[in-house]
Amino acid sequence: MGEQLQPGQAAGFEQIVLPHLDAAYNLARWLVRNTQDAEDIVQESYLRAFKFFGGYQGGDARAWLLKIVRNTSYSFLEKNRPADLTEEFDETIHTAAAGRPDAEAALVQSADSRMLREALDKLPVSYREVLVLRELEGMSYKEIAEVMGVPIGTVMSGLARGRGQLRECLLRARDQEAQRGVRR
Amino acid sequence: MACEGNGPLLHGYLDGELDLVRTLEFEEHLKTCADCAAELREQQVIRQSLRSSNLYERAPETLQSRIRAPLQAGDVQRKVVPIPRRSVLAWFAAAAAVVFAFILGGRLIPQLGTGQQTNLIAQEIVASHIRSLQPGHLFDVQSTDQHTVKPWFDGKIDFAPPVVDLASEGFPLVGGRLDYVDGRPVSALVYRRRLHYINVFIWPSAEGQNATAAVQVREGYNILHWTRGGMTFWAVSDLAGDELKTFADLLRK
Repeated sequence: MGEQLQPGQAAGFEQIVLPHLDAAYNLARWLVRNTQDAEDIVQESYLRAFKFFGGYQGGDARAWLLKIVRNTSYSFLEKNRPADLTEEFDETIHTAAAGRPDAEAALVQSADSRMLREALDKLPVSYREVLVLRELEGMSYKEIAEVMGVPIGTVMSGLARGRGQLRECLLRARDQEAQRGVRR
Repeated sequence: MACEGNGPLLHGYLDGELDLVRTLEFEEHLKTCADCAAELREQQVIRQSLRSSNLYERAPETLQSRIRAPLQAGDVQRKVVPIPRRSVLAWFAAAAAVVFAFILGGRLIPQLGTGQQTNLIAQEIVASHIRSLQPGHLFDVQSTDQHTVKPWFDGKIDFAPPVVDLASEGFPLVGGRLDYVDGRPVSALVYRRRLHYINVFIWPSAEGQNATAAVQVREGYNILHWTRGGMTFWAVSDLAGDELKTFADLLRK
């Protein structure tokens, strides 16, 4: 708790941390799946970031800020929606969609933003997190490891699981759309 | 699906995160493993879809201005604490409750609570208290000796907080810490009562008066605030309100 903000650091804070506002909001929004809560979390995260800016040692400011955002988001979920943290992916239909020859074509057809959004929203929070950091935020494994506070190997295996689940979700959604189309 | 054991490697390869040796090994493997090759193509499709999607959520303009305004005002040190929308509602509700009580009681309630700034400080005090109770955050200097704790603050802050030990009254001093409240470094003294910790935050006061203490409750914690001898004091604990009051009275002696 030795971090203190020295006079003159406020300007630095504005230059170094504020540019990552979109990144902060994007992560919070995907973790809590609600725009209102995401705004509150980002605001609180910036408050914390400002408070601890004295302890910022230079380096990757985006990762430094996102670590605060993800911790604030998880605290929020623990307090307000603990069920979100224990949600598991329903893998019962897993085998049906696995190894099918038309998967690639089906995935191309399920590429629209709405289906992607719904599929990503269905994933357990930790897989959603690692996918958002990698695919939307474009972070390296090293940066993701820093944000999530896990080893790089865990980032890689998390991505493997998360992407596997996202693929299943997309294929299922595609099948359901196709069935509706037939019935119409 | 990727073949057994190659799942994570496939993703490391997809992301360009494998070292040269493992990249070459995996490319060799791809030539002979149709499952991994198919999985890789599928994942490339998904990646392409994600990247060309509109899934990235940009911060609304209003949020930008909400965070920027206090910074740009140049008065960052004191005003950085924004008022969340909910607390505006809460204030409104509180005001409505006061009016209602006034109508019911037929008399004016003496004081409408503390000022807004004080309210924000109280929020920070509770947050700091909670954080201090997380493992490893309670002290920078751990000592029951006031003659160790007091000099520890020398050179770390620009004032000398009054440090007294109240062990004989049942509130032993257990340590001290630097903290950051109301836009400035402050001293925090930690006392104990049985299993309860009390944080006392002290910094030079802008208020000249020796204001007295009234217990507030916030998120289940009791808070007491007073000023004395040019210093402002905030005590916070999960201790019962009357015991915290006793403690504060002892400190103010």
